[in-house]
Amino acid sequence: MDLVQLQRQFVDYRTSLYHEGFLDEQFTQLQELQDENNPDFVVEVVSLFFEDSERLLNELARALEQQSIDYKRIDAHVHQLKGSSSSIGAQRVQKVCIAFRNYCEEQNVEGCLNCLQQVRHEYSLVKTKLESLFQLEQQILTAGGSIPM
Amino acid sequence: MVMAASETKFHVLAVDDTLIDRKLIEKLLKTSSYQVTAVDSGTKALEFLGLHNNDHQDVEVNLIITDYCMPGMTGYDLLRKIKESSSFKDIPVVIMSSDNIPSRINRCLEGGAEEFFLKPVQLSDVNKLRPHLMKRTQTNVNKRKAMDEIVSPDRTRARYNELEVN
Repeated sequence: MDLVQLQRQFVDYRTSLYHEGFLDEQFTQLQELQDENNPDFVVEVVSLFFEDSERLLNELARALEQQSIDYKRIDAHVHQLKGSSSSIGAQRVQKVCIAFRNYCEEQNVEGCLNCLQQVRHEYSLVKTKLESLFQLEQQILTAGGSIPM
Repeated sequence: MVMAASETKFHVLAVDDTLIDRKLIEKLLKTSSYQVTAVDSGTKALEFLGLHNNDHQDVEVNLIITDYCMPGMTGYDLLRKIKESSSFKDIPVVIMSSDNIPSRINRCLEGGAEEFFLKPVQLSDVNKLRPHLMKRTQTNVNKRKAMDEIVSPDRTRARYNELEVN
């Protein structure tokens, strides 16, 4: 594939992520903050999001396995996940977190377990998609091109 | 060499317990040409300011921007500690929160916060900081001169020595 085709594929892919609601305006903000002084800014922040999310998802699973469920603790974890997903623009993850918090407030274990499954799913999707996006970027850079804005 | 610090860049102290948000706010502030120190708790913020030592201001901080929800000391607690301190009460404080709770916003503004930003914070929010910094500049310069003369006679003496011809 030549450079122009790669760049087109990249733009189309990125656009689809917005259209399908995986990413929102905040992701654009991150890209706009990236510059020559910080050329890896977006990848760095997104990597932090991945690490944070994986830790939180594990904590959530553990917390929901307990005999006596600590909803406050669960809410605190979901609040964090909601915050970090919102900070990078991972819109679908953020939306599930909002529903998750409501179930926490209601102390509804079924609702919480459902949400955990959903948020795991959404997280896994957005992670795969962002990794693909970064891979495309890397291919463009390796081919000597620049990333379309 | 003891010289009056040139105020080419405003210094912002950013407080947030989340690494991602600290990285973000730091980048936003640096992009807007501020000098930034980022810490992960209210306690560390106070330590940085020198409040814990009941000392005069160790460093020049022109604005504090803090997350609301933090374990231990919340952003509101930090706000009140700053406003109740004779040395630091004039430093403008801005609060950030991911939750849009009107009563929380009001409480912070009534508690002395200049602005309340909803997360995720954007460049357009950071642009709102400059007026709060600009109107303080003259006050800071006067305060610092007064403090230097009262608290550090040695520093003052050194400065006079440099000015002496001969």
